[in-house]
Amino acid sequence: MIAIIDYGVGNLFSLKSSFAAIGEDAVVTGDVKGMQAADRLILPGVGAFGDASEKLFKSGLAGEIELETANGKPLLGICLGMQLLFEKSLEYGEHTGLGLLQGKVVPMRGIVPSTLKIPQIGWNALKFVKPSPLFKNIDDGAYVYFVHSYFASECGDSLIAFTEYGADISAAVQKDNVFGCQFHPEKSGDVGLKILKAFCEV
Amino acid sequence: MISKRIIPCLDVKDGRVVKGVNFKALGDVASPVELARYYSAVGADELVFYDITASAEGRALFTDILAETAKQVFIPLTVGGGINSTADFERVLSNGADKVSVNSGAIRNPSLVSEAARLYGNQCVVISADVKRVGGVFKVFAKGGREETELEAVSWIRRCVDDGAGEVVLNSIDTDGIKRGFDLEMLDAVCSAVNVPVIASGGAGSIADFITLFKTLPKVDAGLAASVFHFGEVSIPELKRAMADNGIPARTI
Repeated sequence: MIAIIDYGVGNLFSLKSSFAAIGEDAVVTGDVKGMQAADRLILPGVGAFGDASEKLFKSGLAGEIELETANGKPLLGICLGMQLLFEKSLEYGEHTGLGLLQGKVVPMRGIVPSTLKIPQIGWNALKFVKPSPLFKNIDDGAYVYFVHSYFASECGDSLIAFTEYGADISAAVQKDNVFGCQFHPEKSGDVGLKILKAFCEV
Repeated sequence: MISKRIIPCLDVKDGRVVKGVNFKALGDVASPVELARYYSAVGADELVFYDITASAEGRALFTDILAETAKQVFIPLTVGGGINSTADFERVLSNGADKVSVNSGAIRNPSLVSEAARLYGNQCVVISADVKRVGGVFKVFAKGGREETELEAVSWIRRCVDDGAGEVVLNSIDTDGIKRGFDLEMLDAVCSAVNVPVIASGGAGSIADFITLFKTLPKVDAGLAASVFHFGEVSIPELKRAMADNGIPARTI
């Protein structure tokens, strides 16, 4: 069973539906017991980093995520949920993340050419950096759907795919059992469903 | 590189797609859920559901159909029509919409865009404008293009973007239904004024019209159409291939 962690950030309708569509049992849960009962965790998120990390730490869910992942439970962070896996973010000040991955979240503005629109909204191609079980069902160059203004930089060894948006922008990361997608697999058609299915099989 | 999006728009009334659709592969189809599945399968990048229902019963039915679609279709869904308050945003977002398009509702209630952007984020709020030339001026029309307003289109759209709208749908009444191409002059004026994605609507009649759109105006992010897709005049897989052949970034599946 998959636990979609509900900490009051974002719309979980499509995420829940996408697991149903691939025949996987997923529950939306906002408590520690629900996370303990699951064999996989999803950390979703839309909105501002500071607000989201505060909710995650104050609710005690952050500590549970650290504990569960340290014990080897697979975790997939999506969009802001991926950004929260890193040490810190520079979105409106400086905010602390979960620190499960090395690196920091920075604005795309100033890094991508000023002619490009921010947020990046739309379908862009994944460029694989190295093999990952997350990609076992998809090909290099597959298109996925992005909506974001910030991205994880200095990810080091955890970077498994980037996308080209005037610069190389981190698109997916993995370190052992901790995974992250900057894009929305639940909005990326068949490719996205195949990524979610692969996560259910790691 | 980010791809140019192709977006079919479905007008939904009393739970059915208006006028129905006739595909060789599907026959007559009026079920929004079935059509959405079809478009997703052939490579549409996003879908717009436009609710043209007037009654409360019809609105509840629309919301049910939206939820049913979002359970089966995993590409972005934008909902428009009858969005007059943040309660309307809440209703469609909690039933599977990813973005919400406001038109007359933003004209009637000038704080709607900023309130919705604050509550749900800029990426959720799409300003949709029906625009027509009146005496050489781009004027905004309300109520589905039936009622002229005092608003000049470029400044109105810029104001909505300043208030937090994350995307613009520009529908040219002048070219809508003519099927001889998008309104490049009007689109150029809007693209030059804002730095958020602009979706072109009104006038598509052929694959060549989309190619001309993206070649002439690289700042346009997406092309939206209804009947040319519904009646098979433009096949989405063929359109995507033609885009790729012309060096326009396109997502092929």
